[in-house]
Amino acid sequence: MPSLRPEDMNITRDDLMNGHRPGQRATILAPRGDDPVQQQQNEVFDAELNRRLDIGEVREKLAGKEGPAFWQSMEELSEHPDFTELMEREFPRMAPRFSEVDRRGFLKLMGASMAMAGLTACTKQPTERIVPYVRAPEEFIPSKSTFFATSMTLGGYAMGLLAESHMGRPTKIEGNELHPASLGSSDAFAQAAILGLYDPDRSKKVLQQGVPSTWAMFRNAMVAQLQMELNTQGAGLRIVTEPVTSPSIAAWIHRVMERFPRAKWVPYDAIGRDHAKAGAQAAFGEHVDTIYHFDRADVVVALDVDFLGEGPAHVRYARDFSARRNMAEDGVQMNRLYAVECVPSMTGATADHAIPMRASDIEKFARAIARYLGIDAPGTDLDASRAMHAKLIADDLKKAGSKAAIVVGERQPAAVHALAHALHDVLGAAGDAVTYIDPVEVDAPERQSSLKELAEDMEAGRVRAIAFLDVNPAYNAPADLNFASLMEQVPFKAHLGLYNDETAQLCHWHVPMTHFLEGWGDARAFDGTLSIIQPLIEPLYDCHTVHEVLAATLGDEEQSAYDLVKSYWQENGLADEKAWRRVLHDGVWEGSAFPAKDLRAKTRIDASHTQESGLELVFSADTATWDGRFANNAWLQEMPRALSKLTWDNVVMMAPSTAEQLNVAKGDVVTLTVEDRTVNGPVWVMPGHAPDSVSVQLGYGRTAVGAVGNGIGFNAYALRSSSAPWIQPRAQIALAGERYPLATTQRHHQMDGIKDRNLVRIASLDYFLKNPAFAHKKSHDPKEDQTMFPLYDYSQGYQWGMTINLNTCIGCNACLVACQAENNIPVVGKNEVANGREMHWIRIDRYYSGDLDKPDTHMQPVTCMHCEKAPCEPVCPVAATVHSADGLNQMVYNRCIGTRYCSNNCPYKVRRFNFLQYTDETTPQLKLLRNPNVTVRTRGVMEKCTYCVQRISKKRIAAERDHRTLQDGEVQTACQQACPTRAIVFGDINNPDSEVTRMKAHPLNYALLGELNVRPRTTYLAKVKNTHPAWAGEPKA
Amino acid sequence: MAQVFGPGANTLAKLSIVLGVFAIAGGLALLDSVSRSSYVRYTKLARPQPVPFSHKHHALMGIDCRYCHTTVEEHASANIPPTSVCMNCHTMVWADSPMLEPVRESWRTGEPIKWTRVHDLPEFVYFDHSAHVNKGIGCATCHGRVDEMPLVWKEKPLYMKWCLECHRSPEEFIRPREDIFNMAYKTPANQPEVGAELVEEYEVKTYNHRLTDCWICHR
Repeated sequence: MPSLRPEDMNITRDDLMNGHRPGQRATILAPRGDDPVQQQQNEVFDAELNRRLDIGEVREKLAGKEGPAFWQSMEELSEHPDFTELMEREFPRMAPRFSEVDRRGFLKLMGASMAMAGLTACTKQPTERIVPYVRAPEEFIPSKSTFFATSMTLGGYAMGLLAESHMGRPTKIEGNELHPASLGSSDAFAQAAILGLYDPDRSKKVLQQGVPSTWAMFRNAMVAQLQMELNTQGAGLRIVTEPVTSPSIAAWIHRVMERFPRAKWVPYDAIGRDHAKAGAQAAFGEHVDTIYHFDRADVVVALDVDFLGEGPAHVRYARDFSARRNMAEDGVQMNRLYAVECVPSMTGATADHAIPMRASDIEKFARAIARYLGIDAPGTDLDASRAMHAKLIADDLKKAGSKAAIVVGERQPAAVHALAHALHDVLGAAGDAVTYIDPVEVDAPERQSSLKELAEDMEAGRVRAIAFLDVNPAYNAPADLNFASLMEQVPFKAHLGLYNDETAQLCHWHVPMTHFLEGWGDARAFDGTLSIIQPLIEPLYDCHTVHEVLAATLGDEEQSAYDLVKSYWQENGLADEKAWRRVLHDGVWEGSAFPAKDLRAKTRIDASHTQESGLELVFSADTATWDGRFANNAWLQEMPRALSKLTWDNVVMMAPSTAEQLNVAKGDVVTLTVEDRTVNGPVWVMPGHAPDSVSVQLGYGRTAVGAVGNGIGFNAYALRSSSAPWIQPRAQIALAGERYPLATTQRHHQMDGIKDRNLVRIASLDYFLKNPAFAHKKSHDPKEDQTMFPLYDYSQGYQWGMTINLNTCIGCNACLVACQAENNIPVVGKNEVANGREMHWIRIDRYYSGDLDKPDTHMQPVTCMHCEKAPCEPVCPVAATVHSADGLNQMVYNRCIGTRYCSNNCPYKVRRFNFLQYTDETTPQLKLLRNPNVTVRTRGVMEKCTYCVQRISKKRIAAERDHRTLQDGEVQTACQQACPTRAIVFGDINNPDSEVTRMKAHPLNYALLGELNVRPRTTYLAKVKNTHPAWAGEPKA
Repeated sequence: MAQVFGPGANTLAKLSIVLGVFAIAGGLALLDSVSRSSYVRYTKLARPQPVPFSHKHHALMGIDCRYCHTTVEEHASANIPPTSVCMNCHTMVWADSPMLEPVRESWRTGEPIKWTRVHDLPEFVYFDHSAHVNKGIGCATCHGRVDEMPLVWKEKPLYMKWCLECHRSPEEFIRPREDIFNMAYKTPANQPEVGAELVEEYEVKTYNHRLTDCWICHR
């Protein structure tokens, strides 16, 4: 009898999936201390948990370095032996699955498993059935995929997408090349949206106070209630929605307002664009939207904004902006980006000069720049070094003239937005690098009220019936409004949403909402372009659209969502069936973008209130959960955040100097207090964060979203007040006395070469222009024939290769989530991420260089290099990884026995092993999600990037069928297709005209760890930074 | 004390050791041949179907394979036809036959017919019909004389070893494109020459053992 504990015999698949001991369900949070196995797992957290990092020590180490030093984390810099252990042991202390096994028991187990492994082969193949249709829909062929155009909205704004459908169910999302907000690319949110569709935790039934009901019952109740409201002309009726760009929804709201003249519409977004709107109002006297043309901008100043990473147009802006930084293309005039930011972001990482500055101080800085350029913007003077920077920026802007762009973030007050408009006016950029259009968002100023006004009405008892349409104010409203408790006073509450969330649980009626992939609708993009949202699949559950609920409020005869949308458009320009089909097919209505307006801005900005000094608390929308809506999306939760590489948590971020001042270390739990509200959260020390400032991410601490998202992180909304939703002065912070384990991937899969192997190669623009081949200066790559192994003939057929351009990569994680979606990559949960077992095939390494407080940040996506002389191939005992004739390093799952020698040998550490049964093989919705062209891996097999061989095969076979060769660009890997900036180029290196051949011939091209002579097929294009020559501290080559 | 082991015990001991070796070897041989038998591999075993569809009968009537298996030349899956294809004829032909009652019921109720899968590859094998059909592999090469099967059986084992026979030397099995759907095609005596020519003409990628790359079939 092996010495397994009795409880071990009850390990369920569920536990295996979550990597937990039997009896514990979904403890994705901190492991419990009493369980001995969990304690052993804690040891892995050790380096992060029990060893508090001494920042002073780290500073000393950094000061002593000569030349450019690249480092990924401060622990690594400290060179403390506990931290270096993680580097040396690729698989950090493996938490044993059994508590104690003695020698005899171990041998018995091994013998039994050997015998049983052999027996598994002796089975008959189970009988399968083929079940065709009765009347097959056209185009529904088992191996064929079809693409349909639709759009995804975030905060009301649309991004056009193509959804790939297999046998009538969507499995992958791509960008729509015809759509201006996408241009064929997408972002992490769009890629993860497919998991949102199939989320098993989505609400499935209409609920009446928690009891399942039907749509018909809801409709009757709604109609009856609103009949009553007619008596008061709707004085007690409120409709709360997201910001609306959809013309059809706007029309329906208008009709509701007409029927109920005293009702109010509350467009509400926890993130919103209130300051931007107020700024435009102040500058122009009217509300306008700003569109940036980064392809035309020579100098860009980003004031507390991550325009590359968030916002309705961020994918488009990333593309345009990066095109001006791509030094691998000829004739590109490199732009220059100054990022003044409080919280480090992707924009700051890409910037030539990232200036950490307290959010409250940014206005002062902006005013100083404005004054240098002749704008009347009174404000206090800056200190000497800041003043110098402001002058340099102002001069640069002046030189750029009409090719300058100043982008301002929502966090900054309206005055800064107005300032930016004034600057554009004075520089002449309005009309060139920046244009203005009518607002895309629909406004109805007389009929609108803000959330604050709504709260006041609710408190006064004036609200009798309220409908929440895809909003969740009970969770994300500012805490001082006490919205959840105010809701109790409203006699009739209805909620429409994807989840039975915090607001739904307080409402009388909850109706499941259709996901955008299963419902009809329409929306406008950031520039006004209209697209129709069409479904890829019938609603999975009893779901309904916003249109249907609004129609129910009117008591109209019931129509389907399709009829509601189509009938609107038939009356508004798409009466012609052919035109309607064309718009559906293309995913855009060509020519529907709003025209540019000719405007002059006020160049006098009023004096602002004095800024408070002292510790400020700053709120950020999270790059994974946004405002909390994606909290149940495991792909996004497990996505390592761009700068911190954190997963599954939000943190209290602060600069190293602030941490030293407060005497806190990473992982310490602190209590944040704003007025009388307190929240506890773990500290994260973030190099590059503004000093005297502490930032928290919104969108966590949810209580009613699903098994994945509940209880993850802390709820930062509890600290938010309606008067200061973004920058909270006078916050207090104190140590709570606990430690909290954080799962970050920043130190996982480290390549042995960070110190001396020039993993990231970077130079200033001047240096590059004089030495275009700087990337090869220090490399010692061996010659072609310098090898023991026989040379292989790669001259025939297609030879696949890839380049990743470090100039244009912004680290946005779109490729990471796209790869996860395309290749059925499982999610492993927080504990396993902490063990270093995250399964993402592509990882984005983030390196810092320079000063601890003001580092330069570099992003480097790393996938399987498909080495021509792959070190993983000779060591596999069962030949499960071999090389193909077209240059791919093949991973054959059915041969793999899980030795993990290949991963041991890989210098890039790109191989991922299924240590546990990570893949959920039972939940039915997730079976629909999977890509049928990629094998779903079980426990015990190794996997890695395949250069999307399923895509290569599909296109290759199609070409052979048509008796032609593949064109360049026909085969696109998932990561390449998702990348907003087109940093990843993939193609046939045997084709002299392909883009990848051109990139590889460029002097900037270098191989990662090239001196190991593994001949990687994926190479990198070195990074060039356009630093200002007079600015102190430019990067050395 | 009485002896526990009689005089024959020594002989028995020696015999059982020797026979034991043969028993184990025999047992393994038995396992081996059972696993290669048609019981386990389902070869030459006509599988019962919900409707006794006879390819022999329909092919004899001159219906081309592609009338039902519509996508064999364009897609990976050859496509088992939906009930509507059967009913294209059987609303008029043999419209009252009791044998066709399951088909008519499927048509009436909208419940699909659940055929038993005869040619079933494991899930980790990604087979593409169009690649084979367009490159000169006839239906009968892998599926046998389906046009002579009153009920379909698996003619070939479809083991990887069998697939590799062709993938290693396609010139032994390739046939002209005009004869793909010709079930009666006989391999000519000069197949090596004809085959080599066709491999060249149809651009079958045999350089660097391309056809035996793992990822051709296993992704």
